[in-house]
Amino acid sequence: MFSMHEGAVPVVDPTTADGIFSLAWLVIALPAAGAAILLIGGAIAPKKFAAFGHVLGTLLPIGSFVLSLAMFLSLLGRDEGDRQVVQHVYDWIDVGGLHAGMDLLYDPLTALFLLLITGVGSLIHVYSIGYMAHDPRRVRFFGYLNLFVAAMLTLVMSENYLGLFLGWEGVGLASYLLIGFWQHKHSAAAAAKKAFVINRVGDMGLSAAIMLAFTTWGSTSFTVISANADGATEKTMTALGLLLLLGACGKSAQVPLQAWLLDAMEGPTPVSALIHAATMVTAGVYLIVRSNFVFDLAPDARTGVIIVATVTLLWGAVIGCAKDDIKKALAGSTMSQIGYMMLGAGLGPAGYAFAIFHLLTHGFFKANMFLGAGSVMHAMDDDVDMRHYGALRTALPVTFLTFSMGYLAIIGFPGFSGFWSKDKIIEVALAENWLVGLCALLGAGITGFYMTRLMLLTYFGEKRWAKDVHPHESPAVMTIPLMVLAALSVLGGLMLAGGWIQDFLSPVVGAEVEHDPPIPALAVTGLAVLIVAIGVSVAIVFVGRRDVPREAPQDVSFVTRAARADVYGDAINDELVVKPGKALTSGLLVFDRSVVDGIFSGGALTVGGVGALVRRAQNGFVRSYALSLLGGVLLVVLALLAVNLA
Amino acid sequence: MDSVTPFIVLSSILFTIGAVGVLTRRNAIVVFMCVELMLNASNLALVAFAKQHGDLDGQIAAFFVMVVAAAEVVVGLAIIMTIFRTRRSASVDDASLLKY
Repeated sequence: MFSMHEGAVPVVDPTTADGIFSLAWLVIALPAAGAAILLIGGAIAPKKFAAFGHVLGTLLPIGSFVLSLAMFLSLLGRDEGDRQVVQHVYDWIDVGGLHAGMDLLYDPLTALFLLLITGVGSLIHVYSIGYMAHDPRRVRFFGYLNLFVAAMLTLVMSENYLGLFLGWEGVGLASYLLIGFWQHKHSAAAAAKKAFVINRVGDMGLSAAIMLAFTTWGSTSFTVISANADGATEKTMTALGLLLLLGACGKSAQVPLQAWLLDAMEGPTPVSALIHAATMVTAGVYLIVRSNFVFDLAPDARTGVIIVATVTLLWGAVIGCAKDDIKKALAGSTMSQIGYMMLGAGLGPAGYAFAIFHLLTHGFFKANMFLGAGSVMHAMDDDVDMRHYGALRTALPVTFLTFSMGYLAIIGFPGFSGFWSKDKIIEVALAENWLVGLCALLGAGITGFYMTRLMLLTYFGEKRWAKDVHPHESPAVMTIPLMVLAALSVLGGLMLAGGWIQDFLSPVVGAEVEHDPPIPALAVTGLAVLIVAIGVSVAIVFVGRRDVPREAPQDVSFVTRAARADVYGDAINDELVVKPGKALTSGLLVFDRSVVDGIFSGGALTVGGVGALVRRAQNGFVRSYALSLLGGVLLVVLALLAVNLA
Repeated sequence: MDSVTPFIVLSSILFTIGAVGVLTRRNAIVVFMCVELMLNASNLALVAFAKQHGDLDGQIAAFFVMVVAAAEVVVGLAIIMTIFRTRRSASVDDASLLKY
């Protein structure tokens, strides 16, 4: 039953799974089995698996999607208070005081995430069949994709923090393997390493949070922690919240751990769509929303989330404005949009549902745009530089139409899904704090600018193509997922109709809280649309009307140079982390050579020296040996006498 | 007899003379003779104490010592003879090759 303490946090109080919910483990098992079969089988019998491996790898996530849909419909059939179920799969850890089961929790939040991961994931799997058709290691790619899906599902379905952490690390591994998929490219291998190392910093935060939770409540289970949430001091809750925030920053590429996301675009485009747009990078938002019972009791931690989110949404937007690489521009956009989601999550019960709403709509339109970018790259011989595009709307009509749906959604054109979700977050932000709200509005304007710039450079204007490039539309296996996602970008706003999504998520995040923005809600909407329109017009005037040079001009303003350099994110990391790290390691090397080795070789030298001295007693004269014998005998006799007389 | 002291004193004097001889004489045969002297000095002490205790343990031990001394003389003289044949010298100081 869903129960609520007096005005306190919502409690996770699930019933045991029965009926269709008892198949919850199968949702994870299908892609996990797929990963095992494809990776092992693909290594043992590569020729055989090359024929059907990609089909198997696509059918299994589709199976998970069908099962998720069935469970979702079954959940809708239940009463509002009876929508949390848990399935105990097996006893995982049972050591001393730590008991963690492999427990799968299915509640409204999990239901939405399952549909997103398996649904969008399956579409991207279908797309990858076409996109990776010429790659000799395609089977391995599908194996890794299935591994990712299985790990992500473990992350969102787990009922305790340890299982969540298992999935968390799993998606980090899958991300590393997939970013560095073209491992012969040095830049890809370096990007994969960078992503993994920066994620590790965040993971330390999450590990520390799990340890803190264990010492405070003796358990890492959401059920236990949410039930005993008032038992902990506010300091503990604040520390816990800030550590969870650190973990979320690493996975969701928020400032200060954002530097890996743009390099992660080295991976194949379906990877960028699935992992670095729709699902893995949203795991941080999931963590914060799932831990709402912590953040609701720690207002300082919540302030931290809001600050990080606001900084990131502007940071990502600025980066997106000056990137000529289409994927990097979309990556900057992802960073910014996740900032919006974190902002929603940081605003508390008033904003949780809207953060998840924006997460879902973003999953649709960003995956749509990334797959569209992949389609464009496929047509332009894998060139990512937008300065070499231009006037592609006639050459790639389906891609252009579907991409435009995603574009209109992300800038918040009235009626599209992004309009509804972003608008709600801006409203709640303004109600909380006028400065945060203004930053959110400004971010919306900058989003309008850079997305319009991207559209103009790619689809409009003059043809700036290289000599032997003949763009042609992508095959159906790639365009059909684009069409489905475009439809979802348009219709995704229906989730807000009649306040459906807030009511649906209320067992998890608490009932919707009334918020009063300083100006009426309709005025906020109008203001947002106006600011976006200004951003779009600025882009049309400064980018659309002017000639676009094929090489990026070097004499640009300071802001452009900063945006090109990722707002100096890499430079800051270099100064603050890499240089001191290198100094520390060279210092340790010197210490190791001189002190540690010195002790050991010094010891050896001393022994040798003493030996050289003592050696001189071996002079070969029998009489001196006899004398030392006599000396020894005398000593023994003296000792005996001393003992006997004492 | 009343006291065993004179015999012990004599035994220790003989032992000391033998020890000094081993340490100071250069001729290997003389060193050997001094070793024999030390062994016989300890024989004397053993027999004297046996008489004092009134049983034969000391005398049996003296027998053992004599047998061992005989065997040792055989081996030792054989070694000295071999060294003398190869080096033409019986001085203990000349056989000093086993040094650092």
